[in-house]
This record gives sequence, structure tokens and C-alpha cells, in this order.
Amino acid sequence: MLKTIGVRSVDDLFAPIPAEYRLTRDLDIPRQMAESEIVDWFKQRSKENGDGYISFLGAGAYMHYRPVIIDSLISRGEFLTAYTPYQAEFAQGTLQAIFEFQTMIAELTGMEVANASMYDGSTGAAEAAMMAVRITGRNSVLIARSVHPEYREVLATYAWHQGMPVATVPFADTGRVNLKELEKSISADTACILIQSPNFFGTIEDVAAIADIAHKHGALLVVSIAEAVSLGIVEPPREADIVAMEAQSFGVPMGFGGPYCGVLATREKYVRQMPGRLVGQTVDRNGKRGFVLTLATREQHIRREKATSNICTNQALVALMVNIFMTIYGKVGLKELAKQNLAKAAYAADRFGQSAKVLFSGSPRFNEFVVETSEDPYAINSRLLGHKIVGGLPLKKFYPEFANAALWCCTETTTRTAIDTAVGLVSESERSVRTMREPEKQEVAR
Amino acid sequence: MKQMTRKATRHISQNENLIFEKSSPGKAAFKLPPLDVPDVDTSKLLGSSERKDLGNMPEVSELEIIRHFTRLSTWNYAIDLGMYPLGSCTMKYNPRVNEFVSRVEGIANGHPYQPEKISQGALRIIQTLSECLIEITGMDAITLQPAAGAHGELTGLLMTRAYHQAKGNPRKKVLIPDSAHGTNPATAAMVGYSVENLKSNDRGMVEVSALEAQMNEDVAALMLTNPNTLGVFEQEIHKIADLMHAKGGLLYMDGANMNALVGKVRPGDFGVDVMHLNLHKTFSTPHGGGGPGSGPVAVKKGLEPFLPKPVVITKPDGTLGFEYNRPMSVGRVRAFYGNFGMFVRALAYIYANGPDGLRQTTEDAVLNANYIRKGLEGVYDLPYETPSMHEVVFSDKLQSKKGVKTMDLAKRLIDYGFHPYTTAFPLIVPGALMIEPTESEPLEELDLFIEAMKQVAQEVEEDPDYVLAAPHHTRVQRLDETQAARKPVLRWKPGI
Repeated sequence: MLKTIGVRSVDDLFAPIPAEYRLTRDLDIPRQMAESEIVDWFKQRSKENGDGYISFLGAGAYMHYRPVIIDSLISRGEFLTAYTPYQAEFAQGTLQAIFEFQTMIAELTGMEVANASMYDGSTGAAEAAMMAVRITGRNSVLIARSVHPEYREVLATYAWHQGMPVATVPFADTGRVNLKELEKSISADTACILIQSPNFFGTIEDVAAIADIAHKHGALLVVSIAEAVSLGIVEPPREADIVAMEAQSFGVPMGFGGPYCGVLATREKYVRQMPGRLVGQTVDRNGKRGFVLTLATREQHIRREKATSNICTNQALVALMVNIFMTIYGKVGLKELAKQNLAKAAYAADRFGQSAKVLFSGSPRFNEFVVETSEDPYAINSRLLGHKIVGGLPLKKFYPEFANAALWCCTETTTRTAIDTAVGLVSESERSVRTMREPEKQEVAR
Repeated sequence: MKQMTRKATRHISQNENLIFEKSSPGKAAFKLPPLDVPDVDTSKLLGSSERKDLGNMPEVSELEIIRHFTRLSTWNYAIDLGMYPLGSCTMKYNPRVNEFVSRVEGIANGHPYQPEKISQGALRIIQTLSECLIEITGMDAITLQPAAGAHGELTGLLMTRAYHQAKGNPRKKVLIPDSAHGTNPATAAMVGYSVENLKSNDRGMVEVSALEAQMNEDVAALMLTNPNTLGVFEQEIHKIADLMHAKGGLLYMDGANMNALVGKVRPGDFGVDVMHLNLHKTFSTPHGGGGPGSGPVAVKKGLEPFLPKPVVITKPDGTLGFEYNRPMSVGRVRAFYGNFGMFVRALAYIYANGPDGLRQTTEDAVLNANYIRKGLEGVYDLPYETPSMHEVVFSDKLQSKKGVKTMDLAKRLIDYGFHPYTTAFPLIVPGALMIEPTESEPLEELDLFIEAMKQVAQEVEEDPDYVLAAPHHTRVQRLDETQAARKPVLRWKPGI
């Protein structure tokens, strides 16, 4: 090859790089490893990473069973090793799959159209707020404090330099958005209200009431959904103008936080302001049905600095996992799956309620709930860890007012035995704290 | 029948309707275990929030699902089927061991909020990959949080802005060469910067005197792709960096073309201050039909305080943990820690190569591109004589005399069993054919590609209309994109 090219050595091909910058040593990285060594190394890491623990964590990443055919199908090289389907004539597989994905997401969210995916739920929510700003011509955003705290942080980062003031709306004692405070905060400059439902505490928001307030003031309602399985049994936010969803629950491994699958869905009239790729149906020269990427004039490679977003690469393969999951469970299965989640969480909340306090218990919820204990949940969790159980997420880090509360999650994979064990350990802690406190009280009385 | 290539032939392909068109009530592919807790009354628990109907969701059997997606898959082209020479996309082989290790139980199922004590494996993967990437780029610090290249650009420019802001003036604009990717200007707009174009010179490089004239204290950064989108290394990179630094500006490098540099030269050594990488390009994580990607951002010491939070640190007891107390941080750009599954794959790739392998990868990538350049010189117009690195850009100047444009040539190449090159980009080359073979391709595949490209060129001379009507052998022929955009049909509805 060198002879054909007409150079003497490969190094001649690197002549354009000024000599003083060329690396004349080996990179200081680990030596080359055999496949067997690589597998061993990662298996070691896996053992150090919660392998074999039962977890009650949710909070934006959910443990659901993944049917095996998801990986069988997405491992096909034709899906795994293809690029973005710009050459439609021989990317029809990816394109038709995305078209089906868009359809199912629209059906499940109660929206008219959905895009091909965004990075994740957090960036999707931020992009939805920016989209609302473009649609309304207004600048500010109201976000509920019951939205996932890390989603709120991402919105703050995105909004920082876009002249997009963000204000937070508190929640009421019900664990839902405080409607009175919302009424007070909304103004003629509010582009959208951004809520999450079920929200970070697992509580289902009164979407219709919030939509009324938004629309009465000419603002849009953006609803973020972090737990997609809820859509099997919880009424979708049909009154919303934009739904920003995290679809991880639909067959995507928790994978220590990513890759996940964000997706935006909206009304048809807003589609030209929606960021991200879209697949549309069309015909070929012979009138045969086919699919193409469409409405690209919204996107960065055409519009450059005037684009709706800078997004290019999305989460296509993860969206395919989601697609296959939705197809497997379908119209009947998603409902049954969601109902199992509902039942497990109801059972667990009921059991926890016998020794500790379940907050916001008057409000409807899906598969997460907040338990308040007498003892610091970090201390309880470290004891649970000894039993190979990961307890609920202590809320103190995000909500200082909940010093002793934790967010627990149960899915269809949580067994009654695991729930009973965790409940037993938590009530043991409650009992011992109470007996410790009683002598203290007596001393005070004396 | 026109002359055909040795690479492709026709083959039966299965028809397959939309999944909704195969659905009928009663078919199912799921089975849940019996409920081991008391059943609940949904309407009592949810009240008016109860969902009654799931709309037009499909009902199909497992075998139907397997066949559905398998049939669809056969309509795709993929690296696994052959060369995929999309310029600037670095479509290299995606090793299967990467996929295997990313699915090991504790790695696939780790919860992002599980206690640090039982997250040491994931934290070590993040830390090890970070160290490797810092060494490869010659930078000082890194964040792995961004989910893709454009997200990395956003993060890098946010840090750039924070850096200038901390010095008292965020500055107003970003300089972007006319050869840049569209994501660069779109990103600058999201960070509140105006964009100023920088014209390339007749060698396809940044004209240093033009940069000198445009550079002033209003400029926050120059966003440079190096090698640039012509596959040309910016030979005056040291002057460019010096010019930027002299006026207090930063040099941002878009790492899309890092596959030309790994192990041979380090951006940190030639004056880059901020850069992003694309793990789905340079580090072999799969493109998956459009994603997921991962876009780590590496920076020099002066920008480290602005990294997104959290960052991974080694604690006094020697264990790893997340550090959230970062007062100067630009904040979060994504929930959790980024596309962790892609970190696993990229690290497996680095382990499989080691220092020797990574250097050879780069050498082979550049060798392959130059072999194609030599093979097609004279057949296609080469607008810039400047030496090519890992990709080569031709134009359709010769073929367009017969009315055949780059996209038409691309469509005909499909019939020959190849995915086309990148068409019509970079914008500074009218009718560009941007070819990046990557190191993965064996000589035999390169020769087949050159042969196919030559035959297409010959067809243009003999029968341009036939080329204009291509592709001829695909399931669907050219699709009506105008109709798709004018009356968008973005979802299936019953009865349509």
C-alpha cells in the first residue's frame, strides 16, 4: 500500500503534523490485553458494583425485568452497527422501527406526535422548556420543586445563558404542586410550567388543574415522565402541550445511569419547533410506502446557529430497546405490568406505615413512596446493606427539610419476601430508637 | 443490467408491514409471574388518575416480534456487512467483547444512586477511562457526563464562558471556520455567543492572517476541528493557538476527527484548551442507527474548576467517590453521570489495543485514506491537494458536467453494495464526496470500493440517466422527501 501511495513509510503520511508536537513515546496507558483478560477485569468490577443486592431505589432509574429478546434483536449487527439513517433506501429497517416507536410513544403519552429520541429525561425536559419559549415568544419558566432535583439542575444549566429565568414552585402537604403558589408565580412572561408526574416523590400530580392554570395565562404545560411504566395504568397527561419522557423503564438496563432514552411528544401544531430527529412516511418513485428522516430544516446541519437545538447523535439503539419492550408488552401487558408495580408499592407502603410514617399518603401514587423514620435513613441503610439490601434514597441531600425521610420504590421485580425483610429491619430500628428515647423523656419529666 | 460489482448481488428480502398492521386481540408475547402480594383496586388507589385505555398499542406473539425486527434489520446496511466510509463519522468495527462486558450483571444493573461503597466497580471504570483519555489527549482534566458530541460542545462552551466570566468578562463571540460541523454554530448560540465565520484559505486551512484580523478581546474561543473536515491537519496550529492565547481567547477543538491523531500527537501538546471526544467514533462504541453516543470534554488545568458536577475523586481512605462540592462548576448537563455503558465499551477498546494498538490504529486509518485517495485521483476531482490524514474529500466537478451530483453517485454506490461516503459536506467544497475508510477495512474491501467508485464514474460517462435513477436494487427506490416534509405523516393511525 505504501508503494501504491508513493511514500516510504507510514510516518511520511504524518509529515503535515509539525515535528515538535509529534509523540515520540508510547502513550502511558495500560498494556494491550487479551479478550479473556478484558472479560476478567470487567467481571471483577461487576462484583464491586452491587452485584447480588436487592434494591429499593427508583428516583429516575428503575429496575424492571428485561425480556431476553430485546438483546437478541438489538445485537443484530444491522441495527447495532448502522449509522443514522440518512441514506433512506437501505436504512428502511431503522426508519420503520423509529416510525413505530414514534407512534407508540404518541399513543402512550396521549400526544399527537413524538420524536425519534433525546439523550435522556433530564435534557429532554430542558429542551422542552426551550421549545415552549420558542412557541410562546415568552422567556421565563416555572418548574415544580417536585420535579427530579437533577432534572432541575440540568434545566438551570441549559437556561443559564439563554435569557430564560427559571423559578421554582413549591409543593403542598399533599406532596403535589401547590396550586395557590403556582397561581401567584405565573405571569405574562411565563412560557411554560414544567411538572413531573408521577413526581419525584412518586405522587401523581393534578395535571388537569395545573394545565388550566397554565392555559388560562397563555403558558404551555410541559409534563416530564420519569417512570414510563406508570403509563400502563396512570392516565397520561393529555392536557399537556409537551411531554418530556424518560423511557428507561421500558427495557433499558439501569447501567449506572445511562445510556437512557429521552423522548419528546407534543401536539401536531408545534412539531416544527420540536428538536431532534423525526421519521416520516412517504412513497418511492413507484408509489411504494417507505420512510425518511424529515423536517430537517429544524436541525443544526441545515440551520446551523438558527437550529431548534444543537442535538445530532441521539439514543437510537436505546430507543429500539424501548420499542421492542413496548411491542412485547403491548396493549394488555403494559397494563398488567403497571398494575403489579402498583400492587407491590401499595403493599410495601402499607407495611412500612405500620411502624414508620408514610408521607403524602392521601395522594395517589404509582410505585414510589416516601417513608419517614425516627432514625437517620443513612444509618438504617448501612444496616440494610449488611443484609444485601439497598434501602430507599435518603431525601436530605435534595430536600433538607426531609432530614429523616427516604424515597422507596417497588417494581414487579420486588418480591414480597424482600419487602417483608426490609420492613422488618426498618421497624426494628423504629422500636430501638423509641426505647432509647423513652428514658430520655423520663429524665426530662423528672 | 449494467456491469456489477464483485461485492453485491440481489437477494430475496422479506416484506413486512408495520407492527400495528399485524396486531390482533388476544396475541401476547409477555408473561408475568403470579402476584405475591394482595391484588389492589386500581380505581380506589388512583381515582380519576386511572388509565382505562392504552390506545392502539400492538398485540402480537413473540415469534412475530422476532420476525418483525429481524426482517426490518435485513433492510439496513451496517459495518458488519461492509465498508461504511462516512467521512467524519468514523464508522469503525464495533468489537463484540465491548458488548459482552457492558452486559455483565453488576455493570448492566448498577443503580446510579446505590451507595458508593457498592459502586466501586463503576467508579473505577469511570476513573480509569478518564485517566486514559487525559493521557491520549494530553489534557489535564475531563468530564464524561455529556451524552454525545454536540452535548460535549455545549459543555465545553459553557466552561469556556464560565472561565471568561470568572475573569470578569464572558466575551461576545465564537469564531468558527466555514468548514465546521453544523453543531458548532448551533452550540455557540445555546451558550449565548454570536458566531463569526472564519474563511478557509486555498489549502483548506485556517488563514492565519485572517484569524489575526478577526481575533480580539470580544472573542471567547475558536472552535476548530483538527484535522479539519477536509481531513487536513492544521499545520500552523501553533500559530493559531498563540494568536488565540495572546488575546486571552481559548482554543476549542472538536474531536470528531481524533481517529487521525491518537498515539501520534496530542491536542494538549499543540495548544488546545478545551476539547470533546466522541466515544462512538474514535473509541469504537456502536452508532446503533444514530446513537447512543458519549462526548467527554477534556480541559487544561485553568478550566478544571468549571467541570460539570459531580467529579470522581479518590477519598482519604483510598476508596472512590463523587465530589459534589464544586462551587465554580457549570452545573449538571445531564442527570446521573453520563452514558456509562459507553464508558465500559470505550475502556474495553483501549484495553484491547494498548499503546501499540492505538498508534497502529491511527496509522492504518491514515494509510487506508491515502490509499483510497491514490486509487481515485484523476477519476474524481480533488479540490485540495493538501495531504490527507484519515479522510479524503473529492468533489463531483467532473461528473456534474453530465448532470450527475454527489448524491446521485452515492445512490448508485448503494447498488454496488457499499454505504456511501458523506455527501455535500464540508460546505466549502461544492458537491463534496467525503470518504473515511477507518483502520478497520482490509485491503480487499478497499480495492472493491475503489473498483466500485471507478465503475460508477464510468457509468456517468456512458449512461448518466441510469445513475440519476439509482438506486436500482434496493427494496425501495428514491423516496419522495418533499412530500414527507410538506404533509408530515409522523405516526401510524388506524385506517390510513
